[in-house]
Amino acid sequence: MLAYLIKRLATIVPTLLFVSMLIFGLQQLLPGDPAQVLAGEDQDPTVIAYLHAKLHLDRPLPVRYAYWVGGVFTGDLGESVRSQQPVTRLVAEKLPVTFELACLAMTIALAIGIPAGIVSAVGRGSWWDYAANVFALWGLSTPNFWLGILMILLFSVELGWLPASGYVSPFVDLRANLAAMIMPAFVLGNAIAAVLMRHTRSAMLQVLSADYVRTARAKGLSEPVVVLKHGLRNALTPIITLGALEFGTLLSGAVLTEQVFTIPGFGKLIVDSVFNRDYSVVQGVVLVTATSYIVLNLLADLASFVVNPRLRR
Amino acid sequence: MTFARLLRNAAVLACLLPLLAHAETTLRVGLAEDPDVLDPSLARSFVGRIVFAALCDKLVDIDEQLHIVPQLATSWEWSADGKTLTMKLRSGVVFHDGEKFDAAAVKYNIERHKTLPGSSRRGELAPVASVDAVDATTVRFNLSQPFSPLLAQLADRAGMMVSPKAAQAAGDQFGSKPVCSGPYKFVERIAQDRMVLERFPQYWNKDAARFDKVVYLPITDATVRLANLRSGQLDFIERVSPSDIKKIEAEKKFKVARITEIGYQGVTINIAKSDLAQKNPLGRDERVREAFELALDRQGLAQVVAEGEATPGNQWVSPSNFYYDQDIPIPKRDIAKARALLKEAGVVDPTFTLMAPTTSEGQKLAQVIQAMEREAGFDVKIQSTEFATSLTLANQGRFEAYVLGWSGRADPDGNLYSFYGCKQPLNDHGTCHPEVDKLLDQSRALRDPVERKKVYAQIAAIVLKERGIVYLYHRNWLWAYNPKLTGVRQLPDGLFRISGVSMAP
Repeated sequence: MLAYLIKRLATIVPTLLFVSMLIFGLQQLLPGDPAQVLAGEDQDPTVIAYLHAKLHLDRPLPVRYAYWVGGVFTGDLGESVRSQQPVTRLVAEKLPVTFELACLAMTIALAIGIPAGIVSAVGRGSWWDYAANVFALWGLSTPNFWLGILMILLFSVELGWLPASGYVSPFVDLRANLAAMIMPAFVLGNAIAAVLMRHTRSAMLQVLSADYVRTARAKGLSEPVVVLKHGLRNALTPIITLGALEFGTLLSGAVLTEQVFTIPGFGKLIVDSVFNRDYSVVQGVVLVTATSYIVLNLLADLASFVVNPRLRR
Repeated sequence: MTFARLLRNAAVLACLLPLLAHAETTLRVGLAEDPDVLDPSLARSFVGRIVFAALCDKLVDIDEQLHIVPQLATSWEWSADGKTLTMKLRSGVVFHDGEKFDAAAVKYNIERHKTLPGSSRRGELAPVASVDAVDATTVRFNLSQPFSPLLAQLADRAGMMVSPKAAQAAGDQFGSKPVCSGPYKFVERIAQDRMVLERFPQYWNKDAARFDKVVYLPITDATVRLANLRSGQLDFIERVSPSDIKKIEAEKKFKVARITEIGYQGVTINIAKSDLAQKNPLGRDERVREAFELALDRQGLAQVVAEGEATPGNQWVSPSNFYYDQDIPIPKRDIAKARALLKEAGVVDPTFTLMAPTTSEGQKLAQVIQAMEREAGFDVKIQSTEFATSLTLANQGRFEAYVLGWSGRADPDGNLYSFYGCKQPLNDHGTCHPEVDKLLDQSRALRDPVERKKVYAQIAAIVLKERGIVYLYHRNWLWAYNPKLTGVRQLPDGLFRISGVSMAP
């Protein structure tokens, strides 16, 4: 286990280095001059020249990369040229928001997806199964922004139960925070629940038809024990991997959902920064996201280790 | 109800009243974008000016008719040669940090605008050679050449005054905690989420600041912005989508404001910006460009693209503006004449590429132009281009024609000089006429509007005939707000000024 962990940790460094080159390099492929965008509609040449120098755009590519990576190693992700705020501060501001949203969405997804998957696998062919499948199809095929706007129209405009926007930190006012987060968390969780349900269902179906499950039943074990202990535990491995991947995607920012509900998270930040060609912000945010993705993958592998003893050999 | 109970209720109510009277009042404003840095010297976005309107007072302001009116300066006078402007300043004004506003502060601010690295105000104040603090309340601008648009510049960001002490202490980080002298002072800003201001109790015009707090929330999606207004999360939203405005009006739940912009929407044609121009009949031949314009139905464009929320126009100012040249009216659509012109020019099946922004309005505009031009025989190819890319392509002359709007400036010079002067940054059509340059400088030296208008007529006669920019229409700024809000002023620059606005109980 320890050797495995060390091996996995060692691969993180080259992966991140490669990712940093990719982030930097791909960004350079974006057409358009960032200084021109940032200079505003007046396009004052002295301002453009100043921004070129400030962004090191007058230096060769490797030098610019070195500037950036050098900063990253000292914990300095640079500064947003548009708002003049340090990128580390922007990340520190947005990461907790996105993290909370991701956790809430994941909780909703797990709470709906896994039970629905189990029920539909156990009662295969029953109307429970059909209902769960219809739900999954609905979740997969409903665009997030559309569902989001409909929910705002229903719960905020018509019924007035929930605020349409207005993120509040949970440390300031937990109630207001949850009121603002529940709709976006549901919209995101709903889509993921559908994916989880489909995967849980097929994994469970496979496991439930295995010999050891038949043996368990033959031993006279109760159905819940058969399904949950012998079935679910063995079916969990692919679900954990999938859940971790989905969680990583959530951390990279739910762009449309954040736009619709005006949640100040990573998604909004990154999209605005790409359009404004605010390079240092894009680079910083993508680097943080990539890092969390890698870490999550590692955690998922460790979790599989824990639930599946066969892997420990 | 017994008398005792009535009395008790009355007593409770009497105790509560002062509490009610002191309930905190907050105004929540939905913005269409997140502003850039909140430093008047460095700021470059339109939306930032809306926040500045509450935060930073200017030397002068504009009124509904675009006249210059006092703000921090109470009166002003030009010298006979137009090379010095002397301003009398309001006394008793303090900045948000308690520092006094005086002539020395004005001098500091103008010098900061002119010297701060990356300042966007440098160009606007270029003709200002120096500033003298004559006495505490008198300041003199010494110009290198007469420059009548200076007052209009001072009615915008170049005239915004920040606390010299705070600016010196903060250096280039001033924008993260701006200290000005407006009716509301800065509290906090969370990027892409909110900007919070609070009432400045020492503001010189106490009646103007009626809210305890003002919160600006950038919400980019127009539908979501409107949903937030409807659900009561916001009291005011700017840039309502034209497709929503009639519905809101019909419902009568919210008040609506529509203001003709001082900017415009137009098509810029590459005439001499690069070699590409000469390879295309549109850039090569004036008659082809005239045919292009004759094929346009501006009323139709305004109706279809802006859903009627626009005024057709053919000049850099709208037809209702004083500087609009009545001798050059909007040409009527004339397909037969357009075809005749193309024939005369010997052009068969002219084709060109129209670069258009990826916004829904930009796309719609390009498609309607394409359809209208087809009737005259033009084959227009639409090239949808993301904003940043289009700026670079336009600047390098790698385009044949492109759709571009301009937010407009109070003085017509701001809609003109940078677009038609030789080698000016926004001269993307690339034409250069020494006589236009001369006339542009001449117009800047004149202060009498009637005289200036005559010079503009001469410029119009040259550039509108050449058609480097074909002006199409002037959009309406559309606002929707809580009907309890009173004192909302509709200024043509499209900036919502909170000063003087209050909420009826």
